[in-house]
Amino acid sequence: MFERIWHMLVKEFIQLKRDRWARFRLIVPPLVQMLVFGYAATFEVYHVPTVVLDRDHSQESRELISRFSFSDRFRVVKIARSDAEVEDAINRSDAALAIVVHAGFAELLLKGQSAPLQVIVDGTNSNTALIALGYLNLIVQQYAADYGADLLRRGVGAPGAGIVQVGIEQRPWYNADLNGRWFFVPGVVGSLTLVLVVSLTASAIVREREIGTLEQIMVTPIRPAEYILGKTVPFFIIGLAEVALVALFGTLWFGVPFVGSPLILLLGTCLFLLSTLGLGLLISTLSKTQQQAFAANFFVLNPMFTLSGFAFPIASMPEPLQWLSYLNPLSYYLVVIRATFLKGVGLDALWPDLIGMTLLGSLLLGISILRFRKSLD
Amino acid sequence: MSAPAAAQIEVAGLVKRFAGVAAVADLEFAVAAGEIFGLVGPDGAGKTTVMRMLAGVMPPESGRIVIDGIDVIADPERAKQHLSYMPQRFGLYEDLTVDENIRFYADLFEIPRRLRDERIGPLLAASNMAPFRRRLAGQLSGGMKQKLGLICALIHTPRILLLDEPTTGVDPVSRRDFWRILYSLRESGVTILISTAYLDEAERCTRLALLHQGRLKYCDTPRRLKQLMPGVLLTIASPDARAVRDTIAGLEGVSGVLLVGDGVRAVVDDEARRLPELRRALASAGVPFGAVARTEPTIEDLFVALLRQDEEAA
Ligand SMILES: Nc1ncnc2c1ncn2[C@@H]1O[C@H](COP(=O)(O)OP(=O)(O)O)[C@@H](O)[C@H]1O
Ligand SMILES: [Mg+2]
Repeated sequence: MFERIWHMLVKEFIQLKRDRWARFRLIVPPLVQMLVFGYAATFEVYHVPTVVLDRDHSQESRELISRFSFSDRFRVVKIARSDAEVEDAINRSDAALAIVVHAGFAELLLKGQSAPLQVIVDGTNSNTALIALGYLNLIVQQYAADYGADLLRRGVGAPGAGIVQVGIEQRPWYNADLNGRWFFVPGVVGSLTLVLVVSLTASAIVREREIGTLEQIMVTPIRPAEYILGKTVPFFIIGLAEVALVALFGTLWFGVPFVGSPLILLLGTCLFLLSTLGLGLLISTLSKTQQQAFAANFFVLNPMFTLSGFAFPIASMPEPLQWLSYLNPLSYYLVVIRATFLKGVGLDALWPDLIGMTLLGSLLLGISILRFRKSLD
Repeated sequence: MSAPAAAQIEVAGLVKRFAGVAAVADLEFAVAAGEIFGLVGPDGAGKTTVMRMLAGVMPPESGRIVIDGIDVIADPERAKQHLSYMPQRFGLYEDLTVDENIRFYADLFEIPRRLRDERIGPLLAASNMAPFRRRLAGQLSGGMKQKLGLICALIHTPRILLLDEPTTGVDPVSRRDFWRILYSLRESGVTILISTAYLDEAERCTRLALLHQGRLKYCDTPRRLKQLMPGVLLTIASPDARAVRDTIAGLEGVSGVLLVGDGVRAVVDDEARRLPELRRALASAGVPFGAVARTEPTIEDLFVALLRQDEEAA
């Protein structure tokens, strides 16, 4: 069993060594794309997932929070009861923004004083964070103005309370200077790996089918699992090398910090590669020609990329599309890779994503191994 | 159709359809140990489909295939230990060298290194491939590619060899090498099933099966098949072969009119009656012609005549 896989591996690597075009494809386009995305643009945001902690429990605090709930820029995903819950929601990327209303908020407002509001943004996705902060400011100012007008009309409150202020105390937790590149560079690592590994895997087996070498292989005693492993393990190794190459380039060129644990990134990358290999194999079992495989890649990879949260926050997507992200290994991997690069959070926060990738990977690999037949039709 | 006693390959009721169209229909034949059995027929006759089913890489729709006592349909993997199959299309890796390809296939069959190296030498020598061991397979000529394919197919010393048009597009020298290897394999007891579109090659087989539109039309030794020749083959020498062809083409009892090097060949149903008619027709048309001679038919002549006869009957 292992010997035949080993012979397959040797063969694959000899072929790769002779394939100059493949080596070029593995190195140059990923680095170019890294550069392009590194200097990327900004994006509109909607439905920023928001966690709220109300310590004041007043009419006023509820009114302010409801304004966030009704805005299409924000979506309150959680009402927290403690600081720990707030922190948790941000770490797990359940929320990108936290609003904390301190106790005494209403009292201060009533006195016409500046009532501080604590806002914590997950600066990992700095584009979202910056734009969201802008909208948050708008809502808060509108609230303060309405509140002041109301006070005047009712003639209550302290004299001279015409100008009520709600102060915002921003506290970005991660990516403290809200650098867009920092957000994009880890994302590029993930998306490039996805595209590269899926398309390489898919075309590798289809190519053998198309040029006829698979027919010759079929009359040997090799087992389907041996053949599949022999074909995919090289891409697993290539995928790992690719992540290392692109990540290293991104950190060195753009100075993106890497604050997390390399081991967790390695684990996440291995699980992610499992899913990408599985997907590539599935495409290869469904395609008869390289052209079909290419078309399938295009139709699968494009939406995966768009819906992964690479550029557009998943939270700003319509609900059904958000559900799709649970089936998208890239969504999980982006969380893991950004978290390890920028947040440094550990397994306690990332385990759901790691499990998500494990399940998807096993499912895809399992289906394709079962679908692979040592026969022509 | 004599079914040999000790059949190495037995096929019965074999059917394969693609999208409802039968590519192989109700095929039945048997091949004895040590035969070189030829499968001949025009393009699309179903030769490749038969080979693939025998090799266990394409499941038939129905039928029975027994090779070396093993039911190929029930247990293709066990059958693959005993047989070897060379697909019509070159199936080796063009970006690997001759040596690397041979070693790769030897490794897949888990042949111990010592044994492998013992076998490679004579195989390379017999096929005159020894000087090209380090050449990439993709840079070999058509004939050398086929010889490499044969070496890889023989590395696990199969008892049955299935060769799908192995000599198509191969230069005459390599073809001769190729057939020399086949004969020596036969002597060592290997049973060979070979498909070919070259009918001159067909004469070298011990027995032939003529396949047409997925059906087995005739199956016998080349000599006995030739006795099936309907009518008599004549060669008419002439300096103006085209005129001869045009003159006799429509005559009654004359068929298969064909230009050859120095004249025209035609099949007549009744020599005694048609020969004078032919001479008369040519003379009255003023077409110059020389000797008219009875000719031993080749397998090609035979199959062309047989297939035409069948078409007319249909
Ligand atoms: N994989 C396939 N799918 C559909 N049709 C096929 C396939 N393989 C062969 N055929 C059809 O079956 C018939 C027999 O083909 P084949 O066995 O290749 O003939 P031969 O080898 O004698 O030229 C042809 O009509 C061909 O078009
Ligand atoms: Mg064929």
